[in-house]
Parts: sequence; structure tokens; C-alpha cells
Amino acid sequence: MSNPNMLGLIRNEVMKIASKKRLPIVILILVILVSMFTYAQYREIQEKIEKQGTLDWRVELQQEIVDRQNRLASSGIQNDFRQFLEFDLKQKQYYLDNDINPNYPGAPTFIRIFFSQGITLVLPLFIIIIMADIVSGEYNDGTIKTLLSRPVRRWRILMAKWLTVLLYTSMLMAATVIVCYGISGIVLGYDGWTAPILTGFQASATGEFATEYIHTLPMWKYLLMSAGLAWVVTAVVGTISLMISVLVKNTATGIGSMMAVLIAGTLLSSLGSSWTSSKYLVNLNFDLINYLEGQAPPIEGMSLPFSLTVLGVWTAGCLAVAFWNFTQKDMY
Amino acid sequence: MSVKPTVQLENVTKIIGKKTIINNISFDIYPGEVFGFLGPNGAGKTTTIRMLVGLIKPTSGKIHICGFDVRKHFVQAMQRLGSIVENPELYKYLSGRENLQMFARMLPGVDDERIQEVIDLVDLTARIDDHVRTYSLGMRQRLGIAQALLGRPDVLILDEPTNGLDPMGIKDLRLFIRKLVDETGLSVLVSSHILSEIELLADRVAIMSHGKIVKVGSVSDLVGAQSAGVDWRVRDSFRALSILQESPHVQAAELYDDHTIHTLMDESKTSILNEALMKAGIEVWTIERKVQTLEDLFISLTGGDHIV
Repeated sequence: MSNPNMLGLIRNEVMKIASKKRLPIVILILVILVSMFTYAQYREIQEKIEKQGTLDWRVELQQEIVDRQNRLASSGIQNDFRQFLEFDLKQKQYYLDNDINPNYPGAPTFIRIFFSQGITLVLPLFIIIIMADIVSGEYNDGTIKTLLSRPVRRWRILMAKWLTVLLYTSMLMAATVIVCYGISGIVLGYDGWTAPILTGFQASATGEFATEYIHTLPMWKYLLMSAGLAWVVTAVVGTISLMISVLVKNTATGIGSMMAVLIAGTLLSSLGSSWTSSKYLVNLNFDLINYLEGQAPPIEGMSLPFSLTVLGVWTAGCLAVAFWNFTQKDMY
Repeated sequence: MSVKPTVQLENVTKIIGKKTIINNISFDIYPGEVFGFLGPNGAGKTTTIRMLVGLIKPTSGKIHICGFDVRKHFVQAMQRLGSIVENPELYKYLSGRENLQMFARMLPGVDDERIQEVIDLVDLTARIDDHVRTYSLGMRQRLGIAQALLGRPDVLILDEPTNGLDPMGIKDLRLFIRKLVDETGLSVLVSSHILSEIELLADRVAIMSHGKIVKVGSVSDLVGAQSAGVDWRVRDSFRALSILQESPHVQAAELYDDHTIHTLMDESKTSILNEALMKAGIEVWTIERKVQTLEDLFISLTGGDHIV
């Protein structure tokens, strides 16, 4: 066994982060957010019951389909958006035809929606809150000098920090599931783990709606996949912010640049598909759950394997830069 | 000396951009000695220390700690070295004990018993479980030393250890270092820009200026090596000056202020000169032997660089 071992180094990092109480703060934010969403959901349900006098999802889905048809019939909508609507319409029709409720009421559905909405912004933001100063904080406090004059090679110290990022990413996913489940269940009920959900919708090369890959999954399996994809995205964001933390000594600057990366991603992907090579940008590949849901991808030619590959290449690149810089740099 | 040095610097140079920060310096430190590293701010002391602890790569030259090259055998070299670089930079949001536990995990063979041992050694037992941010500067300094001693090093490096300490604290630190060296036989490198400190603490001194080492030697050799000066305080300094300048026993004499004359002379001839002055009717108030201090030496070596 090499001494000092990696586990001890990780323990050190956890000790530092734990004493800054970052995870409890993030969980508190999560609790507040989820409580608000749950309340909003509750009000929506009440309103629907008032309007329709019933909570039949079939009626609701039928209304949404009619709405899509009306919008498609109107002139002057953009080609991209038309395609999106058509796809959405067909998906909803498919749910209705197969008698599957796409929004089975219950806490598990809430978790599903939270992951789907949170994967591009909220969850990455949380990992930035926890991790942004993992290296730059050591520069700011001057502790980097004490840390790097230990009999431990620099790459091992950075490796411990990176593994800590992955550890906290996992804890963040677990906390998200637990908080969402616990709070939303009060209003929505706690069952629905085995409700069927459809996945595998695909646009064919020509953008047509294809049904050959569609299959049902129990909710718990689908959630596991969602959480896994959210883990990947959050870990990638954590890795990029680790690199920025190494390169930029000022924590505030580091957080700022990470925010810019995230927000630029959401802006670009909503701007549309004219700039096709933008699909190689890391921040346009964060919406992995999109592929599970079977929405049309933001840019043609993007798929789950494509996005995972792009994320993988970027992660490897960021790690290489971070490790190279950290092990070679003179520390003043 | 047949004893192997614990620290060896061989022709170490550091160039940043086009600027030569450290210019070809070499020195050795031996077991059981306190080595003073003296120079004004900006002379390159801290840069040299950072190269010693592996924070900065030298542009050329070699650094060995107990025979291990700092670049090639970083882990082995650092296992034999404890240091405080500039201020003791510790994790303020952790307690003193947590800090030590953390550093202990990065060293081989340091258990809770050893942690308690160094806590007792620096006398921090009462406050060790408080957050470091509540510590006074002196306590942080002591925790820094505890941290540096955790791994039972052969070399202890203290960069400006008296910064921010009160006179009592400085004295305590001096006694502590002396005791430590006497008991364990380790080598201590202490840097400072304050001469009186180094003079009292160090066995040998390296004087640094503009990135070069201008002199290395034992304190007793450096101080008082040159012939002594004698200061004369008299009423009529002009006449006294001419008498002193004419005397064969005086190598140099110069007027310092209205009544004071600095001389460099053979001190055994003081009474002869005194008699000569009295015969000329010059009132002599005081005669004082001036030992050359490190400060005088420093000024003569560096041409009056800024020094406290």
C-alpha cells in the first residue's frame, strides 16, 4: 500500500468541504425550490379540477393534442418549431393510443420532471456551488503552499480532488431524489414507482416520427437512467469547474466563467440549429434526458451516443489541461 | 566536515521571464545547526525557500534534502523536511487538531499519539480543538511549527518565523528552536530581514542580496572579525580628530557628529591615545568600544540595501 493512500487524501478533501457546509446549503436551496414547485403543482391540480371538474389525464392529453393541431394549422410558424410540434403531437397521440398516462401523478413523476428540467442548469449549478473553490480556494487562503510541500506528488492531490468532485456529484443526485420524493409526495402521493413510461421515440434521418424503438419502462428504471444521465452531466460540469479552479486563482472569476458556460449553453440550444457545428460544444450536449424523452434534438445529427462522446472528449481534455498545469506550475 | 549535509544547494538559478531572480547560489546546511538566511525584502529568500520545498522549479542547479533530489525524489525529500513558507497557511475553518490530522494523513507513520506529542511540544493543548480562525498570530505560528514537526523531519525550514510576534514571543521562539536543535539534532533554516534576530538565533549565516549570496560564515566569525572600532565623545571634536588622525595606532578616524568620532584602531592603545588627548587639553567624555554588528557587515557588503 502506498502511503499516504488515496482514501486518506479524499478524506482530507471531504473534511475541508464538509466544514464549509456547502452540501447542507445546497440541500436547503433544493428544499426551498422543491417546496415551491410542489405548491405550484398543487395549485395547478386544483385549478384543473375546478375547470374540468375531473382529473382525467385522457381528457387533458386530448386537449393538448388539439392545441398542437391548432398551432400547426396556423400559418407563419417557423420550420424548426413546426417539426418540434409535429413530433410532440405524435408522441402524445402515441401515449393516448396505448392508454399510458405520460404524467402519472405521484412523487416519482415529480422526480422525473425535476431531473428533466434541472439537468442543464440547476444540478450543474449546485455542483459549482460545492466545488468551484476546491483548488482556487487553496490559492486564495495560501494553503496551497502547505498542501504542496507534503511528501505527496501533486497529481495525486489533484486526483483526490477530482474523485471528491465525483463523490459529491453522487451525493447530490441522492439528495435530489430524496428531497424531491419526500416533499412532493406530501401533495402528490408516494406511489408510482412501477407506472409504465414510454421511451425510445426517435426521429428518423428525415425527421419523421419513428415507432420501431418505442418501448415501455417501469418508472423506477426510467428514473435510474435519468439520474445516471444527470450524474454524467453534473460530473462533466464539476470536472470543467475543477479545471477552471486550477487555472483561475480567483474563485469569483471561476464561478463567473462556469456560469457563462452554462447559460451560453441554454441560450445557444434555444437559438436553433443554423450553426450546426455548435453541436461539438460541450454545453450544447448537457440535455441528455431529452434523448430519453424522445424530443427532437436541438441540432440534427445529435444522439445520445454522440453527446456522450462529446462530453467524454471534453472531460478528458479538461482533465489533461488541469493535471498538466497543476503539476508543472510554479506556486508563488 | 565529515558529516553529510542535510540541505545542499548547488549553483541554483531561477529565471522568470528575462529576470534573474536567483543567481547561481550554493550553500550547505549541516545537522544540528541553525542556519540564518538574511537579506532585505526582495533579495530572493522566499523564492529560494520555495525551491527548497518544491513549490518552484529552479531554472538550473540542484537541490538535495538528505541526499534526495527535490525534483527527482520529491516524496523522499519532503518526508525529511518540515516547513512554514511565509505565514503559516493553515485551514482557518478547521480546528487546530483537524489541521494536524489532515497533514498527518499525508505523512507516513504519524499516528494520534505523535499528533498529541507535537501539540504538547508547542504548548497548544488548551486551544487545539478551537477553529484556527480564532487563534492569535502567535498561536498560528506555533500550530505551523507543530505541523512542520509532525513527520519528525531532519530539516526544519522557517520563513520569517518572527513576523507578527511580540518581543516575548520572539524570545520564546528562539529558546524553542535552540532546545529543539539541541535535543533532536535537526537542521533549521531560518530566514529573516531582521538582523538582531538572526544574530541571536543562528550558528551560521548566509547573506543574500539581489538574488546572490554575498557571504556565508559563522556568526562569531562574521561579527568582530574585522578590527574593532572605538567611538570617542569629546568636547572639541575638531582638534581631537586631528590628533587621532595623526596617531600611528589609528587606521581611520572620522567625524560622526559634533562631538563623536568613529575610529578604527588597535584597542590596546586606547589609554595612550586618551593621554595624548588629555595633554592637549581636550575634554574626553566617553570612550566606547564598538563591536561590528551583522548590520555593519551587511551594509558594507550590500552597499546599504534597505534593511531594518
